[in-house]
Amino acid sequence: MILTLLILVPLIAGIFSFMAGNAAKGLALVSSLVTLGVAAYVSIAGHAEPLTFNMPWIPTLGTQISLQADGMAAMLCLLVGIVMPVIFITNWNKDVENPASFYGLMLLAQAGITGVFLAYDALLFYFFWELALIPVYFLCSRWGGEKRIQVTFKFFVYTFVGSLIMLAAIIYLSMQNPGANAYSWPNIVRAGASLDPVTQQWLFWMIFIAFAIKMPIFPFHTWQPDTYEQAPTSVTIVLSALMVKMGLFAVVRWLLPVVPAGVAFWSDTVIIMSIIGIVYASFIAIVQTDLKRLVAYSSIAHMGLMSAAAFSQSNVGMHGLMVQMFNHGINITGMWLIVSMVEQRWGTRDMTKLGGMASTAPQMAIALVIISLANIALPLTNGFVGEFMLFNGLFQGVSNYHITFMVVAGLGVILGAIYTLNMIQKSAYGNATEMVIAKDLSLNEYIGLGIIITIILVLGVYPKPLLDMTASVATMIVP
Amino acid sequence: MKAIIAATLLGIILMFAGLATKDKRSIASIAVVGFLLLLGVNIWELATTSPSEPQVLFNNMLRIDRYGLWFNLLMTACTLLYVMLVNKDIQRVGMHVAEYFALIAFILCGVYLLSSYNNVLMLFIGIEIISIPQYILAGSDKRNLKSSEASLKYFLMGSFSTGILLMGIVLLYGATGTFNIVEYTFLQSDSLNPLALSGILFLMVALSFKVSAVPMHMWTPDVYDGSPTPFTAFMATIVKAAAFLAFMRLFSVSFGSLSDHWMMILAIITAATLFVGNITAVFQQSVKRMLAYSSIAQAGFMLFAIIAVNATAWQGMILYAVAYSVATIGMFSVLLKLKDYTYDGFNGLAKRNPALAFFTTIFLLSLAGIPLTGGFMAKYFVLMAAVKQGNLLWLVIFALLMAAISAYYYFRVIIAMYFKQGEPEFNSEVTGTDKLLMAITCALVILIGCVPQLVLANI
Repeated sequence: MILTLLILVPLIAGIFSFMAGNAAKGLALVSSLVTLGVAAYVSIAGHAEPLTFNMPWIPTLGTQISLQADGMAAMLCLLVGIVMPVIFITNWNKDVENPASFYGLMLLAQAGITGVFLAYDALLFYFFWELALIPVYFLCSRWGGEKRIQVTFKFFVYTFVGSLIMLAAIIYLSMQNPGANAYSWPNIVRAGASLDPVTQQWLFWMIFIAFAIKMPIFPFHTWQPDTYEQAPTSVTIVLSALMVKMGLFAVVRWLLPVVPAGVAFWSDTVIIMSIIGIVYASFIAIVQTDLKRLVAYSSIAHMGLMSAAAFSQSNVGMHGLMVQMFNHGINITGMWLIVSMVEQRWGTRDMTKLGGMASTAPQMAIALVIISLANIALPLTNGFVGEFMLFNGLFQGVSNYHITFMVVAGLGVILGAIYTLNMIQKSAYGNATEMVIAKDLSLNEYIGLGIIITIILVLGVYPKPLLDMTASVATMIVP
Repeated sequence: MKAIIAATLLGIILMFAGLATKDKRSIASIAVVGFLLLLGVNIWELATTSPSEPQVLFNNMLRIDRYGLWFNLLMTACTLLYVMLVNKDIQRVGMHVAEYFALIAFILCGVYLLSSYNNVLMLFIGIEIISIPQYILAGSDKRNLKSSEASLKYFLMGSFSTGILLMGIVLLYGATGTFNIVEYTFLQSDSLNPLALSGILFLMVALSFKVSAVPMHMWTPDVYDGSPTPFTAFMATIVKAAAFLAFMRLFSVSFGSLSDHWMMILAIITAATLFVGNITAVFQQSVKRMLAYSSIAQAGFMLFAIIAVNATAWQGMILYAVAYSVATIGMFSVLLKLKDYTYDGFNGLAKRNPALAFFTTIFLLSLAGIPLTGGFMAKYFVLMAAVKQGNLLWLVIFALLMAAISAYYYFRVIIAMYFKQGEPEFNSEVTGTDKLLMAITCALVILIGCVPQLVLANI
């Protein structure tokens, strides 16, 4: 029952937000704090055994409203629970046009995303998968930058095509074991695993394309930099910190165990795609001068590493992936917050015009440095733990080329350090030419960044809670 | 049987009401009450018919079972919704308001026959009863050349297809010596003679014409575009759904066991329908014409229910008929409020009238088949039926890709409403009642999407 709260609270608050006028901001914050509380409870309570919720839905199809929070799902719900209030707090002073609709849609998106993480029934999963998309489509198209309409539409069509093909796969899988629980996760897994390897190999692509587009990994990533750039920053955070996790999460839950033979056959291909993505995105990030595009490409590189580890089929890689999903969500949120603060204060994201933040806004510069270092996985930050495990996982992978994979992916880290340090240097240090007039962090921004930085440091030093939480799921997926 | 009589009576009463009073509003009120009573009769008839013993009438020419009655009930409810939503617009079409409502009642009578026929002659009569009033309705805006053109075109093409239908019936009669659709089931696949096979083919062509499947769709865009918009809404929804049910009844019940012979042809027709409907819709500038092509595209999905000869297909058909009708009626009711039917006519609607824009969005999302709306569940059921059938996965994937294309032209309307600047001009004021009715329609769309068993309960 408690799990339904995670979805219902934002859903109902979202619907009310549409009518709340200017009070929507407060409503959104309250509702997101409530969900954070529930998510925290779920993460602690779900530690021993998964929390579940079951209710019949469409008996003719054999589908149920079935939710389950195991360690991975609970962790991701917690991530949603943390990121949403941080977005609302840091944007407290920022006026958006038509706040009622804006916050209403944000909360609906939250409900959809949480639903994806909790759904334990394939059709329900598909429902939420699409539901998360619709509010984000409207958010980007309405409040985005100049080219928002075309860019968002491209994003929408891309993801919609992917999910429709996945839908065909879901129908096919549910046909294998018809009955009262045709769509439940154990049943889908049984159905998929019992198919012959050739069928699994093409089912693999039918399912994977949807997830690959969402993550996104090379060559399905072309919607991503444009959309991140054009979307309003709050929505970019939702997209990059939460929605891309839907893709990774879905790979772990709905792909790896469902078509094991397909995964075994195609994993090298996917790892190669991911690694091409890492190197390619990193090189492009180096030449970017726009802060938002730089972070967008760096995100592709990070997603590439995570998806490579997901397909390495090693336990430590899987475990690292789960930890890193959380950490990446936190770090990228911090990055976007800083980018949006820079844009708000100095009216530009062009790094050639920025400089001297350290002298005009020292607190902000410190935050930028810490979050950037976490982003390139320096020891003592949370990124280090996750990325170390990911590389370890790639190294221990079952593929014949595991060492090559790890070495080439390692290039990504070096390139990552280049563009990140370059960014710090250009925006934080040097002479304050454009950035003369500046206000340092206001209280709400201080709180928002403070939460992010605290998590970065605490998990950097003591990642055990996160590791404990996800250990059993990782072992279940890849023993 | 009660409903058939009641619909006929309602038509006659409405016709004479036109003699008694010239006041359009009171005629419209009588019509609304009449359709409400008709709905009551349908409920009564459904409640008194037992699932095990269907009514068999006229020497086994009609076989009224619960599936047919439930379909009738739902279609009558849709008609009631339609009459309430657009009755003011019907009043504006021309002078003879009573006749328009009477014709709609007669069409419903034809719908009831098509849902329960047990004899191909009844199929023929049913098709004629729904077609002839439509020819008149299409041309009811007499001073408009396009309306007259639509009527004539529809009449000529419709008569032609009726000829083919009769030809098919006769050929089958020659092969089997019967008109009874149950007796056709005794046709054996290995002893089929050319007469029976060509009869089946002729029937398929004629019925494809009625449901506007490609390549028998040529009349659809012009007729839908030219007819007065309120009547387009009716033709594109309830009439089409009834034609589909008739199609399905014949091919599923009678020729189901022969599906090897016709399935491939129908699968190709389906693929062509999806392709032509969706691709052409992309290039339209008028929303009304886009909806005409979209109705062809949606017909492609409904054809899945006919190809897949199984129980899920019957569920899918009824669900699709309802979900598609409700959303399309809603969409047309919005269109009727606007002066300009092009995409630009929708520019800035969200600012001017947010409620209307929201309802339109839900209707369009349903037509595009986004989850949480009836359209998704409907598509899901028919596609699932096709997957169950086996061998049709290629067609399912093709259909899904086409559904993605359909998102393009439905979303163009949403983009125009929300993200473009403009001052939409209204034909008539959007009153509180309009909004309430649209809100109910909208709620129905979402309700069907979340709890589809509401529609599937009685079958």
